[in-house]
Amino acid sequence: MQISLTVNGTVHESDVEPRTLLVHHIRDALGLTGTNVGCDTSSCGACSVHLDGEAVKSCTLLAVQADGSTITTIEGLATNGEMHPMQKAFMENHALQCGFCTPGMVMAATSFLIENPNPSEREVRIGLEGNLCRCTGYHNIVQAVLACAGATSGAAK
Amino acid sequence: MIPAQFEYVRAGSAEEAISLIGEHGEDAKMIAGGHSLLPLMKLRLAQPSVLIDIGRLTDLSYIRDAGDHIAIGALTRHMDVEKSPVLAEHVPLLAHAASHVGDPQVRHRGTIGGSIAHSDPASDLPATTLALGATYVAQGPNGTREIAAKDFHQGFLTSALSADELLTEIRVPKMQGAGWGFQKFNRRAQDWAIVGVSAWKRNGESGIGLVNMGSVPILASSVSSALAGGASAAEAAEAAAAEAEPQADLNATPEYRTHLAKVLVRRALEQAGA
Repeated sequence: MQISLTVNGTVHESDVEPRTLLVHHIRDALGLTGTNVGCDTSSCGACSVHLDGEAVKSCTLLAVQADGSTITTIEGLATNGEMHPMQKAFMENHALQCGFCTPGMVMAATSFLIENPNPSEREVRIGLEGNLCRCTGYHNIVQAVLACAGATSGAAK
Repeated sequence: MIPAQFEYVRAGSAEEAISLIGEHGEDAKMIAGGHSLLPLMKLRLAQPSVLIDIGRLTDLSYIRDAGDHIAIGALTRHMDVEKSPVLAEHVPLLAHAASHVGDPQVRHRGTIGGSIAHSDPASDLPATTLALGATYVAQGPNGTREIAAKDFHQGFLTSALSADELLTEIRVPKMQGAGWGFQKFNRRAQDWAIVGVSAWKRNGESGIGLVNMGSVPILASSVSSALAGGASAAEAAEAAAAEAEPQADLNATPEYRTHLAKVLVRRALEQAGA
């Protein structure tokens, strides 16, 4: 089936099998391998991308369901070579260890701050409940999200 | 994991979806957010030959004040139920329960109609709308009919919807100042409830729905009867499992679920001010 996706600002017209999962389309057909496949059961959040501005788990979405939508992956967050404030906050707060969960964490965290620009620490923890870090590095991840919220004074995107 | 092959068709309206499902028969399934169906398809526990995508029927995504009740379109996503000012004012228990479904990513995609039609006893929303005395509107080839929530769930993952019917609207009575409580017991964030409770109480009236206490969502009528007879929350909660048939799984034995139900019903009723 023919689908059209705008991914990180570029329109991609593709022919996909209906059963192709969005995450596989993004990784295998479009070559954007920053989005990881972790649990493959919509539990871990490693595959999180933005679909029309909201974080979703791309392992639990068919590419055909996303036809016509706008998708942002981790590769699309930086603008003009400048890291997104959330990426900077992750770096400055040492919010990653092995790094596998990081793209999904960053995508979930940016979506979360759009919905809740000035969260409490508890709200950040609940807001990231859909993302697992097997290094258990949650403390610094939460610190990074709070730092990003503070740095962007509610203007986080 | 990739689902088995299927044919994919997209419906442009509820009528078209119903006509398509009539055309393709029992092997066809409707998909909205896909957060109940796709995981089953990936595990080959569901293997529809045709998938009818109703995810674009945005005219079925709404939350409206309809006088004595709130009308919710079946395609309304959990996040919209959670954040609805109309529900916050008139049915806060439902908005709160929606905020406990899965995680934010899941709530951006999953729909209230999908959750109810899927008829999973472990889901938070069906037990909540059951407790609230909701009515469901089903549209089929010969028009629409109303189904009371208490008559809707007929067995594990089996509802009163016939194969060619589409759940279009959920009608939830306004709570009109009733106290309410919600309890969800699980071991990890975002998990299904091992046992969950949605409860409301107003004077002698109450409604208590149990999550994961049988093959269907359970209405704990004996608790309501006890409360109506003047029992305290703790006394009434002793009857929590009277209507339930809890199953064993990796997380809990039936005996443990029964114990949890009594504790959680008491806590939910205390939250509700009983």
